[in-house]
Amino acid sequence: MNFAMPIFSVALPEIFMLCMITLALLTDVFLPARLRLVTYILVQATVVITFFMSISQFFNYPSPIITFSGNYIIDKLSMLLKIFVCLISFFVFAYSREYIQARKIAFGEYYVLGLLAVLGMLIMCSAYSFLTIYLGLELLSLALYAMVAMQKDSSQATEAAMKYFVMGALASGLLLYGISMVYGATGSIQILEIANREGLSSTQQMVELFGLVFILVGLLFKFGAVPFHMWVPDVYQGASTNMTLFIASAPKIAAFGITIRILVEAMPNLQIQWEHVLIVVAVLSMFFGNLLAIAQTNLKRMLAYSSIAHIGYMLLGIIAGPNSAEGYSAAIFYVATYTIVAAGAFAIIAILSKKGLEFDQLNDYRGLNARNPWLAFMMLLLMFSMAGIPPTVGFFAKLGLLEALVEAHLVWLAALALLFAIVGAYYYLRMVMLMYFEEPAEGLDESRFTVSPNMLAVTTVNGLFVLVFGLFPSSLIDMCRVSFA
Amino acid sequence: MFSHLPLLSILIWLPVVGAVLALMTGGDKNAKFSRSIAVIISVINLLLCIPLYLNFDTSSYAMQFQENALWIRVYKIHYAVGVDGISLAMIILTNFTGLLVILAGCQAIKVRIAQYMATFLTMQGMMIGVFAATDAILFYVFWEGMLIPMYLSIGMWGSSNRSYASIKFFLYTFLGSILMLIALLYLYNLTGTFEIQKFYGLSNLSLHIQELLFFAFFLAFAVKVPMWPVHTWLPDAHTEAPSGGSVVLAALMLKLGIYGFLRFSMPIVPLACQQLAWFMITLSLIAIVYIGLVAIVQTDMKKLIAYSSIAHMGFATLGCFMIYDIYKHSIAVQDAYMSLEGAVIQMIAHAFGSGAMFLGVGMLADRFFNHSRLIKDYGGIATTMPIFAAFFMLFAMSNIGLPGTAGFVGEFMVIMSAFQAHFWVALIAATTLILAASYTLWMYKRVFFGPVANEYVAEFEDITWLEKTNYILLAVGVFFLGLYPKPVLDVLHVTVGHILALSLPGVAAI
Repeated sequence: MNFAMPIFSVALPEIFMLCMITLALLTDVFLPARLRLVTYILVQATVVITFFMSISQFFNYPSPIITFSGNYIIDKLSMLLKIFVCLISFFVFAYSREYIQARKIAFGEYYVLGLLAVLGMLIMCSAYSFLTIYLGLELLSLALYAMVAMQKDSSQATEAAMKYFVMGALASGLLLYGISMVYGATGSIQILEIANREGLSSTQQMVELFGLVFILVGLLFKFGAVPFHMWVPDVYQGASTNMTLFIASAPKIAAFGITIRILVEAMPNLQIQWEHVLIVVAVLSMFFGNLLAIAQTNLKRMLAYSSIAHIGYMLLGIIAGPNSAEGYSAAIFYVATYTIVAAGAFAIIAILSKKGLEFDQLNDYRGLNARNPWLAFMMLLLMFSMAGIPPTVGFFAKLGLLEALVEAHLVWLAALALLFAIVGAYYYLRMVMLMYFEEPAEGLDESRFTVSPNMLAVTTVNGLFVLVFGLFPSSLIDMCRVSFA
Repeated sequence: MFSHLPLLSILIWLPVVGAVLALMTGGDKNAKFSRSIAVIISVINLLLCIPLYLNFDTSSYAMQFQENALWIRVYKIHYAVGVDGISLAMIILTNFTGLLVILAGCQAIKVRIAQYMATFLTMQGMMIGVFAATDAILFYVFWEGMLIPMYLSIGMWGSSNRSYASIKFFLYTFLGSILMLIALLYLYNLTGTFEIQKFYGLSNLSLHIQELLFFAFFLAFAVKVPMWPVHTWLPDAHTEAPSGGSVVLAALMLKLGIYGFLRFSMPIVPLACQQLAWFMITLSLIAIVYIGLVAIVQTDMKKLIAYSSIAHMGFATLGCFMIYDIYKHSIAVQDAYMSLEGAVIQMIAHAFGSGAMFLGVGMLADRFFNHSRLIKDYGGIATTMPIFAAFFMLFAMSNIGLPGTAGFVGEFMVIMSAFQAHFWVALIAATTLILAASYTLWMYKRVFFGPVANEYVAEFEDITWLEKTNYILLAVGVFFLGLYPKPVLDVLHVTVGHILALSLPGVAAI
């Protein structure tokens, strides 16, 4: 067996990040408590530098390179996903700072673990064999389990951590089981080899199909799609808001990446099978996600159900993908913009949760426009974007999906998706109604509505992103499109 | 000098810029600034319509003042705007109404003034966008985007039941529009473009597909018009909206539905329109007669005018969809022309009449201690507010369709041409003259005549100079359209001919 030297330079973002994690960990141990901010700056700098590395890679590597013995790939898709992961992680880390400081959550550990999770996501984006996929996934998940559990004094957070861990471990187990079946059937764990295998006997095909089912269940568990969604509302609600923010955003992009690798790139000839499963799951997710969100009184829980619905929409793109030109790119556009929007929405909860009081009941937002008009306006933009109303970016995300569905002759699915979008519009509108149409609730301390300039700036960037890319989405759509060229 | 300017883009985006400026003035302590910004912007916008009108070539049906820029590469979506006769008329109407509601808002709105001005300016810009867009997705973006400011205006400045009404309004219209989006995407997949003009006269649309597309468009536009039986959002939205919001709803938003029929349904799916004209005519007649009867029994003035709006819009849809029968029965295309032109005139006339009446109810409610709109709370207004009563009488007459006022022209043209085809249809439509007279005059009698109802009414002061300005502007509109509609008809004529040629295969444009 030949040993080919891997091309280390293509994996520069991951290698750099790993070094910086080690550095941050050491600095954090030796720095006195009052200089903890250094860790934060170090972590954010790492994310920013990795972000720019990925961007430069995006423009400098026109054709895919597979290296590390076929376990690692760098192509437009992986680089684009990394760009989004870094971008969103930057926002998440920035939003979390004041929140965890106020709650005395271990500061340094939070950021170092967070960076490990980001590393896991980067690996997932570039993974090109089941081994690296699983490696990245576990690196991400284990860091997240620990981070959810970090708020030790909150029984809710501990419960959420426990649920998240048990469910996550179950999903990982199912995924691994599926992988082992596929390995048994095809004799390989590398995406390329599985895709190119020929002449499987009917038994082998059967085993591979079984493997696919388990892999799908594992992935859908991680996404939180119906019927594997039960953990989502509990964990989103129970986890401290900064963690909800994290769980709800960047990991979805990485999970999207491995889904594409496994379904589209490794198993294109089982397309009929996974497509049908995904249609059922997408319809159920859109239906239950949107419907159950209406009944919620807790904003975090409502957004959790809304995220289930949005995963359903995202799956539509993968369903339409094989028979349309822009299906996959529409899906990646959707998931990227949705996670940024969701991050913004959870961030506003985190920003307003002060003095140990959570600000996560829908009723807390009564009359927010009278108290803090700018923050209310940002929330309004985010809500309309989630509902998919132009001129926000959410509209173009939905438009791309619908276009792909119509092109793939799935007009009925497009109509159904829009029908559920109307159900969804109701609870987003209700949120706007509470903020703008109702009188402010009495007895709340006015000072909690004043927001530090830092946080306001980050929220503003996040909120205006929704509007700017709603008016000029072309470049971003194009970036998503070349990833699947 | 105006020929090089992108006039349409300025008209669309200037109000939006104005909205941002108004918001930047901050809270209510700087109300004066936001008011003046809003008024100045809307006056500039209205003045900009003058070069638009003067440079408009009435002898061409082609889109004029075109601007075109690639907006979204992947889907070949363009930022493409342009006007033909109908959209020119509607854009001028939008700017006119925009100024009116801003002026009305200056006096009536006491809280969150900057946000009010910003909301209405944005709405104005979006509506001009809808009328100007020649790209289907751009059209849809404006069409939906307009819902946001309207939703906010009903919810933020409306009366007690506003949350319910605003959500109902939003979801209803959103539900209507989604199938239109799918229809547009379907057409895109057939033609490879989103340019609306390219959708006209597609030869490969079978009747079955045309009918499906027709219903997709129908739902979107019928909800906006609104046609019976999807009209139920309108009375709620109208009643709860602030009077400025009601005026925009009545004068402009309802017209978008008719505009949609003229721009999309009739030219894109002519066969289906012809096949299903009976369906549309039936619904229009139901709106005219049944909704007219419903209007009589209303106890709330705004609700009454809202129902009267639905009935009047029934005329416009009737005028649009009678052309097929008219053409079949009389070979003279003139009658079909008259029908369609009557429909468009009716759209414009209704904007003046009902807009003015909604403003009037707003003026009354502002003066009443609990902002009541119930007819029984009023009486004898004519003695306490004589000038207002005189003005209101004029607009009531226009609503009824008295010759010499705006309301007469459109109704007359539609009924006249309908007689050429169907005596009975025309006869049923003509009952509106009785019905409109009964609900409008009966309301007028109860509110304005008789003894002064209570001590609140006794203390009413007559309308201020600002309100007078508004009413004079509207009165000029009513008389202008009623006595000398020729300039408007000239603008419309060629465009209407083009629509006729597209929707009646075999008709050469005259």
